[in-house]
Amino acid sequence: MVTAARVAAGICLIIPLVSMLWVNSYSRLTPTFIGMPFFYWYQLAWVPVSAALTYTAYVLVRRDARGRNGGAAK
Amino acid sequence: MKNDVNGVALGVLIFFFLAVTVIGFLAARWRRADNALHLEEWGLGGRSFGTWVTWFLLGGDLYTAYTFVAVPAAIYGAGAAGFFAVPYTIIAYPLVFLFLPRLWSVSRKHGYVTSSDFIRGRFGSKSLSVAVALTGILATMPYIALQLVGIQAVLDVVGIGGSDSTNWFVKDLPLLIAFGVLAAYTYSSGLRAPALIAFVKDALIYIVIAVAIIYIPYKLGGFDDIFHKASAAYAVKNPATGKPRGSLTVAPQAQWAYATLALGSAMALFLYPHSVTAVLSGKSRTVIQRNTAILPLYSLMLGLLAMLGFMAVADGVGKNIKGYNGQLAIPQLFENVFPSWFAGVAFAAIAIGALVPAAIMSIAAANLFTRNIYKDLIRPNATPEEETRVSKLASLVVKVGALVFVLSMDKTVAINFQLLGGIWILQTVPAIVGGLFTRWFHRWALLVGWAAGMAYGTWKAYEQSSATQSHFGGNSDTIPWIGRIGYIGLTAFVLNVVLAVVLTLVLRAVKAPEGTDETSRADYTAETGETEVPPLAPEPAPSV
Repeated sequence: MVTAARVAAGICLIIPLVSMLWVNSYSRLTPTFIGMPFFYWYQLAWVPVSAALTYTAYVLVRRDARGRNGGAAK
Repeated sequence: MKNDVNGVALGVLIFFFLAVTVIGFLAARWRRADNALHLEEWGLGGRSFGTWVTWFLLGGDLYTAYTFVAVPAAIYGAGAAGFFAVPYTIIAYPLVFLFLPRLWSVSRKHGYVTSSDFIRGRFGSKSLSVAVALTGILATMPYIALQLVGIQAVLDVVGIGGSDSTNWFVKDLPLLIAFGVLAAYTYSSGLRAPALIAFVKDALIYIVIAVAIIYIPYKLGGFDDIFHKASAAYAVKNPATGKPRGSLTVAPQAQWAYATLALGSAMALFLYPHSVTAVLSGKSRTVIQRNTAILPLYSLMLGLLAMLGFMAVADGVGKNIKGYNGQLAIPQLFENVFPSWFAGVAFAAIAIGALVPAAIMSIAAANLFTRNIYKDLIRPNATPEEETRVSKLASLVVKVGALVFVLSMDKTVAINFQLLGGIWILQTVPAIVGGLFTRWFHRWALLVGWAAGMAYGTWKAYEQSSATQSHFGGNSDTIPWIGRIGYIGLTAFVLNVVLAVVLTLVLRAVKAPEGTDETSRADYTAETGETEVPPLAPEPAPSV
């Protein structure tokens, strides 16, 4: 069943995938951050961003499921 | 290189080893269930673990000692190309969020202990489930062997690895003891032992990484200096090939390989038997969903750990030593920069980091053997007690096998097999992940696709040569039609899927017989408590 919440969750899951596989967008040295080339700190920065997106997807899916159960779950 | 015994570091290492041994045996009493003889108790910890235990268990399981040694070693060797492990673990979690909860729910509902149990239930095909089981066992064995390689690297640097002149028994004695003890507590405590020890392992790892990432740059003059020195070291051309050693970024012609390696590895990560075992030990669907959001914390740690590769280069580890073994670079860096006692803590982190996954892997391989080979093919009427007994014995056999593997063969054999293991596991994706969403695929089509993917992947990996090896020299090759260099496993996977789709269309057109599907649509979304889930699910009827 396609609902708005599920579509939003899907988008949250697809964003990290696309940005990590598009290697050309981040394979460079500058700007550096505390001496670290861009290539490294950019990918490291994606770890928390991707975790937040996955968590958002989890919340969206859970809410969606509860809504359909008529709010029976706590 | 120092070769004398580092007494303080060795003492600290032994202390932690003794501590986890005690924990390992005590684990048998932890949350003991009434029916300790059922395979779900020994092999899945009674399916009772909550969010945090599962988090520690999965973290302890997926981020192995070999990872700690090999990822920085790859960076140490070639620079940016080795960093693919970070995007790999970033995209793994959004991917598994889609299918892991479904696997958990259907397994809980039907009492499945392995992914092959699911395949048999979904497709009613023993040949397909045996194929998946064999793939899993074959991929897991060398992985266990590599955990031993991780321990060996630590022992070598501490100075009790022995030199070539010592008698082989004396030389390997520390490894034999470590493994004997591991085998004993896995046998008696099952999955509860690594679950408890994982707490110690992860705590040690986090402490070591936090200290290393602050203290080492401070000693080496900051990240600026580290990357400058590394950049200079990578630019040096190899006299034999005329190519530079590595680079700080990924050049356009290597980007396909970087991306396909990350994607292919991410897809395979949670289909390894040891991942499935840890996932199925979770007590609810929510536990699994939550874990996909909190597991990336380990990815951050992995990324920081990868940085150690650059630090080892900047520190001049292995400089001017011909044919230096890059696997020793990180332990050696620790010994060079840390005071002895803290180096001991770091070594303990790596060594215990080897014991946790080795225990889970041997349990996972044993479960596969018992459920999908012994019970399905040899003794269909085995009782749960008998299953548990066979599984415990199988876990011992698997470990002895891995030990013999490491002691008798060259280390590169284990590494080659692990490389192949990743390619092989990827070939079970269409059946398992496909099966979780649709019953459309025909069982025979999946079997043919799997066989073709396995054959193609193995053949292509065999054909790769490198500066040091004439076969299995790498995991990337030209992708047919696209013409770029990419991960062999992913190419084989595409071939696998195309065959499965085409053959399914053909088999459906000729109305080839389909197996019975014992699962129903609601099974895939069931949460504990929502539906009637019996604590010990009845055995599914044997199917042909």
